[in-house]
Amino acid sequence: MNETQANTNTAAAAAAAAGAETGMRSQIEARFRVAWPGFTLDVDERLPARGVTALFGHSGSGKTTLLRCIAGLEHAAVGRLSFKGSVWQDAKTWVPTHRRPIGYVFQEASLFPHLTVLGNLRYGQRRSRGGSASNSLGKPTLAITESSADTDTDTDTDSVTDRFSLEQAIALLGIGHLLQRKPAALSGGERQRVGIARALAVNPRLLLMDEPLAALDLKRKQEILPYLERLHDELEIPVLYVSHSPDEVARLADHILVMDEGRVLASGPLNETLSRLDLPIRLGEDAGVVLDGQVAERDEQWHLLRVACCGASLWTRDSGAEIGAHVRLRILARDVSITRDPGHASSIQNTLPATILSLGDDSHPALLLVKLEISGSPVLARVTRRSADQLDLAPRQLVYAQIKAVALL
Amino acid sequence: MWLTETDLEAIWLTLRLAAVTTLILFVVGTPVAWWLARTRSRWKGPIGAVVALPLVLPPSVLGFYLLVAMGPNGPVGQLTQTLGIGLLPFTFWGLVVASVFYSFPFMVQPVQNAFEGIGDRPLEAAATLRASPLDRFFSVALPLALPGFVTAGILTFAHTVGEFGVVLMIGGNIPGVTRVASVQIYDYVEALEYGNAHRLAAVMLVFSFLVLLALYVWNPGAKKR
Repeated sequence: MNETQANTNTAAAAAAAAGAETGMRSQIEARFRVAWPGFTLDVDERLPARGVTALFGHSGSGKTTLLRCIAGLEHAAVGRLSFKGSVWQDAKTWVPTHRRPIGYVFQEASLFPHLTVLGNLRYGQRRSRGGSASNSLGKPTLAITESSADTDTDTDTDSVTDRFSLEQAIALLGIGHLLQRKPAALSGGERQRVGIARALAVNPRLLLMDEPLAALDLKRKQEILPYLERLHDELEIPVLYVSHSPDEVARLADHILVMDEGRVLASGPLNETLSRLDLPIRLGEDAGVVLDGQVAERDEQWHLLRVACCGASLWTRDSGAEIGAHVRLRILARDVSITRDPGHASSIQNTLPATILSLGDDSHPALLLVKLEISGSPVLARVTRRSADQLDLAPRQLVYAQIKAVALL
Repeated sequence: MWLTETDLEAIWLTLRLAAVTTLILFVVGTPVAWWLARTRSRWKGPIGAVVALPLVLPPSVLGFYLLVAMGPNGPVGQLTQTLGIGLLPFTFWGLVVASVFYSFPFMVQPVQNAFEGIGDRPLEAAATLRASPLDRFFSVALPLALPGFVTAGILTFAHTVGEFGVVLMIGGNIPGVTRVASVQIYDYVEALEYGNAHRLAAVMLVFSFLVLLALYVWNPGAKKR
């Protein structure tokens, strides 16, 4: 597990000294400085080269610029960039964008208007070495050619490639019926799906997505999000996902990098970062955490679902998810209260044993954020200072967390 | 015969001159238009102004400078002489060189506008799809700028057909070599042969109208793409 190294930006320096050698091959190391009038990007980060890492922040925070630096689209950037040990940029190296093994999804799909959907998909596929030579049928095969000690410019052929064919991209994004159309004849959502498939068809080793849903209305977002979740579930390709949408981050991200005014505020595994008390990172208006779970049981009579999550069971409203489905749960701090005695009757369905990890300030002086651990997973609870005092809450104490509401994402 | 032998010769020469000039300008003007459209250099302004000069310069001024440059004592003339080509003024190729300069902005500006209209994004998208810079130019920039090229080609061709002052300065009036249609009409009027002038003028009028009609019919279609 390398994500502990990527925990905070201060830890990055320590990680550089220790254990960096082993971690390098599974990491993206990015150090960039861009100074424009009125905006400076100053980033020195290690990101895990697997799973979905959300670059989160409001507009103007520099997240898109960071993504463009990683793609090699910002020539003004000075710094150093390496991906799984191969250097893409440093003082004497500059791998041009078309030689970086990336796939890039733009905010507007940016399809070529003079080509059909199929022409767009083939454009990159034909030009990526091995793209057309790769297996065109069946499941992705793992082509392991980890032999070459990466030279600076050899970025296309080395290391593990999850071979991805055009057919798979078309099937995954459900665009088979659109292939002969011109982009002008597609809806916004369809265009964006083609844009994602086009990026996948080049067999990228790193997928960069710049707010792929931001230009779409809510309905189109709902249309594409399931495809992105499939991407997340089915592909081994690491994804850097720029977003300012709390909902998308909660649904898709494994890691999060929070940016503000060109700097990194926090970075680390999603849940660890969301449950930090020293620097409350909020997805949306309220503090809370996101947990992974699996639907375990359906209670037809009460229209409830039991979700196995963090070694415990949580009951939530029946959203129609199938038994066995992997789901994400969002638990807001305001929906979690703390009791020392689980015995008495309560309207709250989910009461779980928890350990208090720490207590921290909240947005109002009357309130307190409590970081709990429920079978290894951090959960935030919000209580008043007075009740904390009355219950005599303190770290390492064993209590019961009463979870009033769980949102299935 | 409705048009005389010399009329047909003049028209044929005019069309040849316009075609050769347009072809040369496609090759020469496109890189200049690309550079002007993409550069952030501080030379963009001055170079753009130089390219646009023939739009405002009296053709006789341009013709005069070209005549001096290509003449026996001019730098271009001395170069062509050492190369064994001889002197360009009063030859067909002298006219071509002059026309290339004279029609330069009519090629460069529409193409430049078309390239600028594409914006950075499609080229960036192509770069992320493994296309090298040259590849991007041919596979993305050229097809997307195609309407601009059509406009530029038509304008350049028509403008070359219509030139007069530069031709007189550089080419003079040699039948079959430099006597283009516009000069021929001038000759007729000088000789008070108004009937002949009328016929050729009518041909030019119809031709110009058809060219512009093609341009205006094409353009709305181009915008829909």
